[in-house]
Amino acid sequence: MLLAAIVAAPVIAIAVAAMEPRWEVWRHLFETRLASLAWNTARLLVGVALGAGVLGVLLGWLIAVHSFPGRGFFEWALVLPLAIPAYVYGFVMIAFFDFTGPVQTWMRATAGPGAGLPDIRSYWGVVLTMSLVFYPYVYLLTRSAFAERGIVLVEAAKSLGQSPRTAFWRLALPLARPALASGLALALMETLADVGTVSAFSYDTFSTTVYRVWFGMLDRTAASQIALVLILFAAALVATERFARRRAAHTVSDARRTRRIEVSRGKRWLSTGVCAAVLGVAFVLPATMLVIWTARSVRAGTVASSYPSLVGNTLMIAVAAAVITVGAAVLLAYTARRLRSRRLRALTAVALLGYAIPGSVVAVGVLLVLSFADRIAGAALGSPPAFLITSSVVALLFAYTVRFVAAAYYPVQAGLARISPAMDESARALGATPRRILREVHAPMLRGSLVAASILVVVEVLKELPATMLIRPFGFQTLAVEVWERTNDAMWIEAAPPSLAIVVLGALLVGWLTRTGARQRALP
Amino acid sequence: MPLHKNSGRIALLAAMALAAITACERAPRDQTVTVYSSRSHYGAESVFVAFTRATGIKVEFFEGNNNEVLERLKSEGERTSADMLLTVDAGNLWNAAEQGLLQPVESKVLTANIPAHLRDPGNQWFAIATRVRTIMYNPKRVDPSELSTYEALGDPKWKGRLCLRPSSAIYNQSLLASLIAIHGEEATERIVRGWVANDPIYINGDTQILEAMAAGRCDVGITNHYYLARLLAKDSTLSVAPFWADQGGAGVHVNISGGGVTRHAKNRAAAIQLLEYLTTPEAQGLLASSSFEYPANPAVKPHPLLARFGSFKAQSVGVAAAGAHQAEAVRLADRANYR
Repeated sequence: MLLAAIVAAPVIAIAVAAMEPRWEVWRHLFETRLASLAWNTARLLVGVALGAGVLGVLLGWLIAVHSFPGRGFFEWALVLPLAIPAYVYGFVMIAFFDFTGPVQTWMRATAGPGAGLPDIRSYWGVVLTMSLVFYPYVYLLTRSAFAERGIVLVEAAKSLGQSPRTAFWRLALPLARPALASGLALALMETLADVGTVSAFSYDTFSTTVYRVWFGMLDRTAASQIALVLILFAAALVATERFARRRAAHTVSDARRTRRIEVSRGKRWLSTGVCAAVLGVAFVLPATMLVIWTARSVRAGTVASSYPSLVGNTLMIAVAAAVITVGAAVLLAYTARRLRSRRLRALTAVALLGYAIPGSVVAVGVLLVLSFADRIAGAALGSPPAFLITSSVVALLFAYTVRFVAAAYYPVQAGLARISPAMDESARALGATPRRILREVHAPMLRGSLVAASILVVVEVLKELPATMLIRPFGFQTLAVEVWERTNDAMWIEAAPPSLAIVVLGALLVGWLTRTGARQRALP
Repeated sequence: MPLHKNSGRIALLAAMALAAITACERAPRDQTVTVYSSRSHYGAESVFVAFTRATGIKVEFFEGNNNEVLERLKSEGERTSADMLLTVDAGNLWNAAEQGLLQPVESKVLTANIPAHLRDPGNQWFAIATRVRTIMYNPKRVDPSELSTYEALGDPKWKGRLCLRPSSAIYNQSLLASLIAIHGEEATERIVRGWVANDPIYINGDTQILEAMAAGRCDVGITNHYYLARLLAKDSTLSVAPFWADQGGAGVHVNISGGGVTRHAKNRAAAIQLLEYLTTPEAQGLLASSSFEYPANPAVKPHPLLARFGSFKAQSVGVAAAGAHQAEAVRLADRANYR
């Protein structure tokens, strides 16, 4: 309860800070861009939900129940786009597909000056980019859902004279609904919180408006109120996710995963082609561009000498954040499972909203809470203890926890859901102590989920920028900050080495996660 | 708890990580000026190295973007380790002064080196370099005689041929703010509505606008001059040229990068020393040659590459006006539907 309150505190602090009425700003927004903002944000969410949803489900279904050339490789490789920060991917997409990029330059050279593509800096460009970078959440979660029972369902359908397609639409997809909902909730929360990518595309949403009002109109209270709108959007997402989960049956089927559907040769290669195309655009393309730019940067001699310490710093803070965040997520998920307190559940739901709030807004919430705690401690001890604020590492880790606890909570929750209460009961009936149940039943069954949750958090922290910028300790440099400093003056070639380092580290972790996950079948 | 067995070990690990990270926070503070900067120091490092060599005072940087640096300074209050704030855009400096983050500095060196319109009337901040935000065009497709004022970019002949950064860019907010200071709100809104009526192509980056122009995506646009200078330094054949706007009227929009001493500076004297040094001819020469900005000290010549851009008449409103009208400029852009 206390923990949930602590993690939820910054979100609540923003809400409290937003209480002062700012009718005048709202009236101005209402008269000017509010309608277009709401429309932009809503259609972005719908577009990304469709894009990431279709890609994730299609790939999850292909991989889970079909056999085709390269399946084993694609099973883990398709998760790799998670390693790429959305803002870096957005820039690569623009650099590649823009009017001045290689694709359109080539088209003009071969087919005359009139040739070209529709403008990438458009609604479709943003939706395409975000779908490609966020689909792995849906893919990861639906794939394991399909893997658990997909093949059984297909065979059952066959015995009733129905095609695999019917099995998918009538059985597998409805049964995978909770997994799809969780995956989409994560993807859409990321979409809501994003500022870097949409600004690169000059696409205005509520999150960019938080900045516009905060720094352009210099009104932090009104900015917090707009952040509250974001929080409401996120709350709607979380509620939808819960609703989709509510009537879900959480049984574990015992399907042997070696059997898969055999299809015709043409279809097999088509499956390979689809996977290769997605992986190519979502990972190979950006990785290749970064490698080329890094090579140019090395040749130009603009690579900083401090990389070992940068990588060390980044990894250290990411690991520390993962330990704390996953610990918090485990405690929250366990208490939610044990206690059926409505107040606790509400608080936990608020704590999860941090995932949908832009990092800088979370950072301000954290600073508000810490300076409040500082003042209380100061009043209690009679002297102002400089500890909480000045040791910003604490503040930073706190911010990461608030921002990413949802990313750890969902896998842990999914892992816990697989442990049916019947198991606890049978263990107890056999005379096991609660501690022994934890150690010998829960721990082994949860291990995969914990690894998955930790790696998700580590990868998120590797990519995190705005909160880090605002509250990092003096002189503390991470890879993402280095990327920002280089891109500040549009020095994209120079920004490539740290970007590449983030992608490589993230890809190694993600690859390791999914490969061990596939072996232990312990993914969420 | 499934982690029970390991939790002690993990806590120890986390504590060690914490200790290691906090250790690098504590650097010796004597003879060090700490600068919070939102001005990228890449390329401008030589001037700070020269300062350290001349005075023995070390310079430490903390970098972030404008907004983040200001928020941080504000939330740290009197505990801040910053002695000096270095940033781009007069709007940001004006905000910092407005929010009580800077302190006045009375220095004969600074007032002698920096003209009055390039510093705060209350001497809380000073320019160290200036940048011109003006009209750029592709000379292969546009004759300079077709160009005149910012307002004239609203002429229907530029429909579909104009590239603009969105109004979220502070450089554009400052440009609009200066136009408000000169022409008033109504006239400025008319100017912006003219641009918007031409269906501008929005590209969020000055360099990208210039590249798009060279490739023929658009024919005219508005950017800062030094982005063009940087591109020309790499490729002198690039087909983009600057046109000084409003020369028959109020003059072209000039903005600054500059700095001030923070209100709670621990090393006030050293910070003033650094600020003064940055305005000396020696330092101004180093700055100008690395960033392609114009020197703020009128006694110093700009980079030779800028000579071919020619001379210009600058807006006479002080750069402080940019800050005072910034919020109005944002609202005006909202009303005019300027993205």
